[in-house]
Amino acid sequence: MSEVIEKQDFSKVLVDSIDLSTFKEAKGQRESALSTFENLGLPGNKSEEYKFTPITRAISKAFQSQELIQSAKGDEAALKELLLDDYKENAIVFVNGIYSKTLSKVSAESGVTVMPLKEAVAENQELASFEGSDPFEALNGALWADGIFVHVAKNTVAQMPLLIQHLHDATAAKSAVHSKVVVKLDQNASLSVVEKTDLKGDQPVFQTISENITVDENATFNYYKIQNDPGQLIQVANTTITQKKSSRTNTYTITLDGKLIRNNLNINIEGEGCESHFYGLYLTQGDTLVDNHTTVDHKQPNSFSNELYKGLMDGKSKGVFNGKIFVRPHAQKTNAFQSNRNILLSDTATVNTKPQLEIWADDVKCSHGCTTGQLDDEALFYLQSRGIPKATAKAMLLYAFVGEVIEAIEDEGIRNLVDGLVSERLHKGY
Amino acid sequence: MLKIKNIHARVEEKAILNGINLEVKPGEVHAIMGPNGSGKSTLASVLAGREDFEVTEGSIDFLGKNLLEMDPEDRAREGIFLAFQYPVEIPGVSTVNFMKTALNKIREYRGQDTLDAVSFLTLMKEKIKLVEIDQSLLNRSLNEGFSGGEKKRNEIFQMAMLEPKLAILDETDSGLDIDALRIVANGVNKLRSKDNATIVVTHYQRLLDYIVPDYVHVLYKGKIVKSGSKELALELEEKGYDWIKSEMEVA
Repeated sequence: MSEVIEKQDFSKVLVDSIDLSTFKEAKGQRESALSTFENLGLPGNKSEEYKFTPITRAISKAFQSQELIQSAKGDEAALKELLLDDYKENAIVFVNGIYSKTLSKVSAESGVTVMPLKEAVAENQELASFEGSDPFEALNGALWADGIFVHVAKNTVAQMPLLIQHLHDATAAKSAVHSKVVVKLDQNASLSVVEKTDLKGDQPVFQTISENITVDENATFNYYKIQNDPGQLIQVANTTITQKKSSRTNTYTITLDGKLIRNNLNINIEGEGCESHFYGLYLTQGDTLVDNHTTVDHKQPNSFSNELYKGLMDGKSKGVFNGKIFVRPHAQKTNAFQSNRNILLSDTATVNTKPQLEIWADDVKCSHGCTTGQLDDEALFYLQSRGIPKATAKAMLLYAFVGEVIEAIEDEGIRNLVDGLVSERLHKGY
Repeated sequence: MLKIKNIHARVEEKAILNGINLEVKPGEVHAIMGPNGSGKSTLASVLAGREDFEVTEGSIDFLGKNLLEMDPEDRAREGIFLAFQYPVEIPGVSTVNFMKTALNKIREYRGQDTLDAVSFLTLMKEKIKLVEIDQSLLNRSLNEGFSGGEKKRNEIFQMAMLEPKLAILDETDSGLDIDALRIVANGVNKLRSKDNATIVVTHYQRLLDYIVPDYVHVLYKGKIVKSGSKELALELEEKGYDWIKSEMEVA
């Protein structure tokens, strides 16, 4: 009981430490988000949505409430080595949550606007508005320190993928970072975004990211999230994608490292004839915990969604998967499929997986499946019996398991980037 | 080539092999026959190094080396090949990539240069003809969705690629129709030479019409209870395994 009180107190202390008068932009939106956060509070250990993922316990242990609000500045020069060479021509870089003019570079493409969110909000406060029920998203809505706004105009097909990179300097001090990404694709537009976090040092880092993406009629959005942070990163990402008529989205969430990672991916299908593919790959080791909560909400008829999440868990790591599919009464002829497959590589690794389908329409095709197993000994022996060493055989089988997700990445450069990270993890030196 | 002396093996607490003795010389074909549960497949698995089986007594010498001390991959690199009774389906790994990895690991072990893509493909095309397997099958995931006959042909294809010194065919005839049986047997016969040997494990005499053995051994309750020439197989076919069982009980 005392622990519960302590946590409630921590939420309250946190709210009391927040002084929104220090922020210049979107004051109304921040106040409304703060009041939502105040009502929700930080999720305790009885929270259904966070029951396997003790974010509150982790941050209350590692941070004083004041430390969760604003972060120390990072050393830009020292973080330069974390930049991705292949994407440096079109990269938005944040250092400890603050937009870095020196490290960012945007290649001008006609019809594509990329600007600091603060500037965009100065013109249109609504860009910072918050609607949601996740406490960390509400906290982000109140505290976001910086962000980016991307707009792709009607009929514009952006040629270069845009990299959004969050760098954390955790060498000397703890940091808490609240970032916001707002993307708008107009009719027939197309854009690919790679979002990556990178971290240096082993001080605790707490990051909330909120991504708000609107994909208008017949537009195409590809989104690649790569999380491979060593150290003590506690991250809660809330990604909301709203799809209009005949639009297409492909999302890939690849997680290799981090301490506590929670991804909330919400896809709202608000038009007919939409297509959504969402893939996830989590390859964890040590004491990493990765929690993917996904929701696809079919609000209109004749759309298609397909979800495939795969996990390999080693060491004491933990995986959590929760996949919600809603098909509203009006959304007839919906096709919605979901699959979650896991392999546990050690006796101490765990996974909790839960499909959650709520279907109100009667003329739909929906399916879900989840499996959790170990590496197939019979397959391992088969490969060994042909002269392949055990370690290589193991790498081959694991790579074959994750290959399905990697092969689904259409962009060759990004596929190679992910393939490189995954191959390195699996010691695929054969 | 292979000297099996007094091998006892068990799985968990159950004794399955109770003192097997067998010697195989280069160029020979030995058939191991016996009723279900007599230990035929266990013997094949013990030779290939499957971990589920624990050898409690006896020794196996292969080309002057202690086979029982070797990992399965090293046995394969020394020249042992097991054609599986139930070949495993492995989604996401194509037969071509699998064979390229396997062949090059074996070549590395033997101090030979690894094959580049072109020489590998040339070799593969040559072996494909031998076992009459469709090349498109080999680009697909290993055994996934293959028919019973395709799986067994793929086993013989792998055998042709790896050129083992001792091939062990574990119930290769099970689940094969007569045409597939002939193709598989032809493949095996073409690979026979004076330098390599074959152990054919089978329940039925049928396969031995095509792969003619030099010796036939009958396994019963984990022991070889009768050995003879190929005529023994015909006699077994005629009289059935009850003949062996009743003879044993009399003894």
